[in-house]
Amino acid sequence: MPSVAVRNLSLNFGAVPVLKNLDLDIEEGEFLVLLGPSGCGKSTLLNCIAGLLDVSDGQIFIKGKNVTWEEPKDRGIGMVFQSYALYPQMTVKGNLTFGLKNAGVARDEIARRIARTAEILQIEPLLDRKPAQLSGGQRQRVAIGRALVRDVDVFLFDEPLSNLDAKLRSELRVEIKRLHQKLANTMIYVTHDQIEAMTLADRIAVMKGGLIQQLDHPQEIYKRPVNRYVAGFIGSPGMNFLDGAVSTDTGAPRFKAEGIDIPLDNYRFENARPGAAVFGIRPEHIGINSGDDWPFSAAASVEIVEPMGSDTLVWTRLGGQNLTIRVSSERAPRTGDQVSVGFDPMNASLFDAASGVRL
Amino acid sequence: MSNPGTLAAAVVGADAFRAPLEGPRGARPRRALSRRNIFLYGTLIVVALYYLVPLYVMIVTSLKGMPEIRLGNIFAPPVEITFEPWVKAWATACTGLNCDGLSRGFWNSVRITVPSVIFSIAVASVNGYALANWRFKGADTFFTILIVGAFIPYQVMIYPIVILLREIGLYGTLWGLIIVHSIFGMPILTLLFRNYFASVPEELFKAARVDGAGFWRIYFVIMLPMALPIFVVAIILQITGIWNDFLFGVIYTKPDTYPMTVQLNNIVNSVQGVKEYNVNMAATILTGLVPLIVYFVSGKLFVRGIAAGAVKG
Repeated sequence: MPSVAVRNLSLNFGAVPVLKNLDLDIEEGEFLVLLGPSGCGKSTLLNCIAGLLDVSDGQIFIKGKNVTWEEPKDRGIGMVFQSYALYPQMTVKGNLTFGLKNAGVARDEIARRIARTAEILQIEPLLDRKPAQLSGGQRQRVAIGRALVRDVDVFLFDEPLSNLDAKLRSELRVEIKRLHQKLANTMIYVTHDQIEAMTLADRIAVMKGGLIQQLDHPQEIYKRPVNRYVAGFIGSPGMNFLDGAVSTDTGAPRFKAEGIDIPLDNYRFENARPGAAVFGIRPEHIGINSGDDWPFSAAASVEIVEPMGSDTLVWTRLGGQNLTIRVSSERAPRTGDQVSVGFDPMNASLFDAASGVRL
Repeated sequence: MSNPGTLAAAVVGADAFRAPLEGPRGARPRRALSRRNIFLYGTLIVVALYYLVPLYVMIVTSLKGMPEIRLGNIFAPPVEITFEPWVKAWATACTGLNCDGLSRGFWNSVRITVPSVIFSIAVASVNGYALANWRFKGADTFFTILIVGAFIPYQVMIYPIVILLREIGLYGTLWGLIIVHSIFGMPILTLLFRNYFASVPEELFKAARVDGAGFWRIYFVIMLPMALPIFVVAIILQITGIWNDFLFGVIYTKPDTYPMTVQLNNIVNSVQGVKEYNVNMAATILTGLVPLIVYFVSGKLFVRGIAAGAVKG
């Protein structure tokens, strides 16, 4: 039995469809990340699961119970918001107890749960402070505590780290992961940050235009994106795309473009067909002057070199098209150099030029 | 910081850096009597005088006896200060048959203003909260109707309301006037509260719903404590508006229940006998004192509330 199940869910704002006939199963204890750009419907989906938005059609089950018409408080969920949404006039303790008091939990039980939550999140010294006296990271910790204290089955996170600075974000990211390992609750996490998605998720659902494009393990999404959109969205720096065509004239399939001829013997085709295609290869899968015996190698000229510390991003031109390559900084060439680039098409992704579907 | 060129220069020319550099340094000097300042303060002083001179004349006149007033020097300070006009205005000035001054009107006005303010703000704040946060069916239509109500001239509704109040037996009573004031305050107050509550982050409301709070609990525990500035604005608007009202007061009440403004008019405009300018001035100041005090006491909160309503977050 899935922990959370979404069946044929649709939501329209007036005439505008935001979610289109969406299906999603989330296993018990799973950490699922809803990933997508703003306006893709990921937050809307989360709000539907939370019961904060009425759905137009479809059903939502939590722990096998149909909660489509239930109030948020009766769904067994806790939610953490991007803006923390702490009640400004209450102390941290007041924020944590508000939900429990509403539910009529006994006083000694409230005290026990507060103590446990404060210990897990290490916010004991903050209990008597007001939210205005807390830093961003502390506020978000209290917001997580407010969900934790309710002792629920499912945690919903709506971009919880987006308001924090980069350093704090990576700290709290680890903390959320630790929390998940400790509690083993089902967690649904909305973000537009692919690093958060990759690091936290058991499975990622990449969304666009109210539809789930791909739902899979992070590594699988990274390695075998189902379409060009997912391929471009996941990975930083982004995947290289070379326009050209797949041809099978000479027997074995090859990818051909101006000045480029890539053998595709190693490529695992899902549906091979000749015609206009896009060849995608990640910058970290390309070698420069490596001396390895790549199935494909060619000469390219270096246009820009971007040092990023441990790595360096090299922008080259290959047959008139852009190709960015990620190399370790010691091996970085200089601007204007002629280099030999090579890669294995096994690591590449091929997409149909018109539909963007993986070939 | 670690620009190599700067470092090298600092080492070589270290002594040169210790000596004070030539040229301007620190805050730019400003002349107290610049042309800009003369214009700025000149305008402010002229405008302030323009508003304050009438008040000065009123206060001065109210402290003079009638013989002194007849001399005609309205700007001259009183030679002999007397508070008799104030006492007379408050306690013994005659309006029609009653000769107990403004005091009766003052208490009438208090009994009209206090319930009207409380009732209208209580209802309007819940209206605004519901409109802003609970997107119920027909909310927009309801809001549009309410706002259109704000644009219909009062004069159109005077007679129908007379009939309405007569039919429910409240015509000529204080409660009739209280209901009228509450209703006419509703559009603008609801708009005020709706906009304020709309500026409260939506996630706060969502968090409260996830925490299991219902309509009233969110209103009283979450929203109300945050809405203090806008409540102050609403209270000030209503107190001054209702206290200064003349039209509804004269139409919907009887001489016994006339509010202070109507009674003031009756004192000042009485046609028999001499015009007692000092009493009239004192009575006018007394009537205007309540809104004036409200402004002075809560001016800062008022500005803060208006600003809070305008700026998001």
